[in-house]
Amino acid sequence: MSDRLSRRKLITTGLVAAAGATGLGIAARLADRYGLIPPDDGGVYGVGETMTYAAQRLLTSRHSLAREFNRSDISKIAPIKGPPPEDETYHRLLAGEFADWRLKIDGLVARPTFLSLAELRRFPAENHVYHQACEEGWSFIAEWTGVPLAYVLNLVGVLPQAKYVVFFGFDTNFDAADKQTIRGKWNSIDMADAWHPQTLLAYGMNGQELPVPHGAPLRLRVPRQLGGKSTKYLSLITVTDTVKDIGLGFGAGGVERGFSWYAGI
Amino acid sequence: MAGTAYLPDLAIQGAESQDPPRHSAVVRITHWITALSFVGLLVSGIAILIAHPRLYWGNTGALGGPSLIDLPIPFMIGHSGWGRYLHFLSAWVSVLTGLVYALFGLLSHHFGKNLLPAKGDLAWSRIWRMVWHDLQLKRPGAEEALKYNVLQRLAYLAVVFVLFPLVILSGLAMSPAIASVVPVLRSGFGGQQSARTIHFFIALALVLFLCVHIAMVWLAGFTDRVRAMITGHGATGKEHS
Repeated sequence: MSDRLSRRKLITTGLVAAAGATGLGIAARLADRYGLIPPDDGGVYGVGETMTYAAQRLLTSRHSLAREFNRSDISKIAPIKGPPPEDETYHRLLAGEFADWRLKIDGLVARPTFLSLAELRRFPAENHVYHQACEEGWSFIAEWTGVPLAYVLNLVGVLPQAKYVVFFGFDTNFDAADKQTIRGKWNSIDMADAWHPQTLLAYGMNGQELPVPHGAPLRLRVPRQLGGKSTKYLSLITVTDTVKDIGLGFGAGGVERGFSWYAGI
Repeated sequence: MAGTAYLPDLAIQGAESQDPPRHSAVVRITHWITALSFVGLLVSGIAILIAHPRLYWGNTGALGGPSLIDLPIPFMIGHSGWGRYLHFLSAWVSVLTGLVYALFGLLSHHFGKNLLPAKGDLAWSRIWRMVWHDLQLKRPGAEEALKYNVLQRLAYLAVVFVLFPLVILSGLAMSPAIASVVPVLRSGFGGQQSARTIHFFIALALVLFLCVHIAMVWLAGFTDRVRAMITGHGATGKEHS
């Protein structure tokens, strides 16, 4: 009697385990196919990270918008994290009021392009007043002026196999011949955030030109993630199907310093 | 006839086996997984907090602006990276375990049987007597090893149905991605910074509960009660029956 029971129990347990393993296998396949696995999915922490990223990708859509505030809500204090780049080229361009600065867009695009600040300003501009929180805990509201990233992506013609848009500022060695040696505050976002209507390439802040400490001449704004995702001092944007060959392969310089890649928290 | 021959067989088997466990297997397993993930949440929560140990009210807050509370902790940047990884890993373990527990609690009538206080027990005079008894740090009687008294029931109900849901919701309200899907979650707490402050105070209440919980277990006989929560059977329970 107990023999039979335990055998039945064993068979049931086996079946449940097999179903569970198969289920997990299928889930992993599907997750990969639908872009639910972040670049920093390794290790024990990667489990929690993947669950958070996948859950939020399933919950959010291009219609889920960060709250737009009124101009009267703009914070008096907009704190700054980290000093401007020490890069010589950056300071030469800054001295020339960025007249000679060009934004390079390359990678999986039909038309690799260089854009000047004047050209960016001629594109349809948008103003967004949204909230921004830092990893550390503080936050502020500011108005950002710029061109939607989606507009620029349409302009250069993103190829269908694109999975990430990678951002390099003057605080990285973005022009390194070997991309694996790139270090610094480079970052990347997936196509869901890249095409999102509130994702902005901002050249203005609170009605003025973007101040140097806030990332002049151009910075990214990703309002559905923590502030660290909004790369400053932009110089190069690369569209790619993998981030494994850039830096240490985790999709952002910050991951190399211990921070998770996805910052929708 | 085969059926009647079979029944006594079962009855004898039942008599030979141990008494029904003090805590069911699901309660025991979820208890310890929750305990472990709570430690993870607490340690990582502190790591995140010390990057900016200042609390605000409303949507925004930063150094140089007004604060609600300046915690007497130095600013220590550099721990929020692993802190956030561990916090979310522990949160997932905790929430999924909580879901299993809640589902079990409803289906098995665990909440109704073991946690909902009897109507008569909710009289203020009774409750005050219990509070007075506990404040004197008196060792509970043997019958208390077998079921929860009204104070325990109220405390556990508050933790399971008020503090845990609130700490999860206020945590989610801080997420810019979740707030873009459910804006009312963030505005309902009064803004991202208010949610952060509320999250802190509920976590503090949970830590307070943990301290009292461990103190009471200690008072009631640490080894025995911990054994009951691991094996399901405490020595007191056996003697009593």
